[in-house]
Amino acid sequence: MEATKEQQTTSARAIDIETLQRGQKLDIGNETTCIAVKYFNLFYGQKQALFDINMKVAKNRVTAFIGPSGCGKSTLLRSFNRMNDLIDSVQINGEMLLDGQDINKPSVNVADLRRQVGMVFQKPNPFPKSIYENVAYGLRLQGVNDRSTLDKVVEKSLKGAALWDEVKDRLHESAMGMSGGQQQRLVIARAIAIEPEVLLLDEPASALDPLSTLKIEELIYELKDKYTIVIVTHNMQQAARVSDYTAFMYMGELIEFGATDELFTNPSKKQTEDYITGRYG
Amino acid sequence: MVTNSQHISQQFEKELQDIRSLVLAMGGLIEQQVANAQKALLTADIELARSVIALDEEVNELEVKIDEECIQIIALRQPTASDLRLVAGILKTITDLERIGDESVSIARMAMNLSEKDRPKKNYRELQSMGNHVLGMLRDALDAFARVDAEQAMKVAHEDRDIDSEYESIIRQLITYMMEDPRTVTRVIDMMWSARSLERIGDHASNICEHVIYLVEGKDVRHLSLEKMEEVVQGK
Repeated sequence: MEATKEQQTTSARAIDIETLQRGQKLDIGNETTCIAVKYFNLFYGQKQALFDINMKVAKNRVTAFIGPSGCGKSTLLRSFNRMNDLIDSVQINGEMLLDGQDINKPSVNVADLRRQVGMVFQKPNPFPKSIYENVAYGLRLQGVNDRSTLDKVVEKSLKGAALWDEVKDRLHESAMGMSGGQQQRLVIARAIAIEPEVLLLDEPASALDPLSTLKIEELIYELKDKYTIVIVTHNMQQAARVSDYTAFMYMGELIEFGATDELFTNPSKKQTEDYITGRYG
Repeated sequence: MVTNSQHISQQFEKELQDIRSLVLAMGGLIEQQVANAQKALLTADIELARSVIALDEEVNELEVKIDEECIQIIALRQPTASDLRLVAGILKTITDLERIGDESVSIARMAMNLSEKDRPKKNYRELQSMGNHVLGMLRDALDAFARVDAEQAMKVAHEDRDIDSEYESIIRQLITYMMEDPRTVTRVIDMMWSARSLERIGDHASNICEHVIYLVEGKDVRHLSLEKMEEVVQGK
């Protein structure tokens, strides 16, 4: 792409974004920015999946992405730790800054980035190992093998994931024997064992029963003291309950972004209104 | 923002339609109650006053019924955005409507008291003009609700000021009557209560306008001066 042309359109859009921000709450107020996304575009081959995404993820807050299937919310979430690198046809442009550093720079070590930005998927994916080894896995990869260090981290992480009391007597049994809700919390424990800065949750509760879902939601609430959490969910009530900020996406565009209580009581865009109230427009 | 698109769930669409029509039905009944109470007062019609008092039962039943249906919708549908504001707005609106119903019952009671006493020469004409004004305001407020029209609601809210000053001048006038002729005191006090009830009805109508502005614009304009309210509605 020609640099000059891109610069021109970018500056023209910059004005748009400023006007948007003034009128439409595209902002996180005075909160510290953890991730800043600027004019981020993503293509799967010829097909563009994300269009000029501009937003900020506030530090130590929960940001939720909602939107219909195929709107690009998971794609955007996966961009936060470069999971899309695994797909050959993906091309991106624009900026994605984690604590001010562009994560897509060639000099960035992707393994380091993913250590900083952990991820939990829809289906719990414990390793076919013991509960203990699942949680210790990340540290072992980093070369930590000291038993007492590992013991401490495992206990702390399992407590952090509200799982310790349920499993403390069977730490060396296989993780595959746990219930779905427990497995999901185990995966979260595994993710927080290496103390990431950001936790990405892609539909973390959609395969769980209501009680396990509530436990995960409660956990998210507790985890935000330490981590910045970004969650993708199809369950709007869940987004409303757990998040501080909500972004509504539709067909690859960020339609509306704002404080959750505002977005769910008085959205400013018709598309948002129609989606969250269950209308077709 | 209120959209006119349809819900994917037809049943939910119907439930929301149903409570809205119930509120309008309740509003219609309340309008009639206020009109009849005023008429009973002006024409010393005891029968009419009695019927107003009897019909209050129906008003109360409607309030309870709408209340239940709103709670049902919140429990089963978890409404959001404009749907949520509609349900919340309705819950508050019916409280005001029910209170208006109570005020018309007090006016009807005063009408019965006054019918047994001598009629003044002017035959309560002051109350007639204020009553008409209040009735018009109530009708317009309900109209704004039916048409989900925040601008009209704003206009109607303005009228409450006129009603308040009308009330004050009636009170001043009634005080002079009492000073001129102390024998009128019991009668004039009943008139004062009636005027007070009419003034309260104006306040409740004005509250309904605030609920309409909330459910249309999503902005809470309670406890604001009219000027501030206007600014909020115009998004300044």
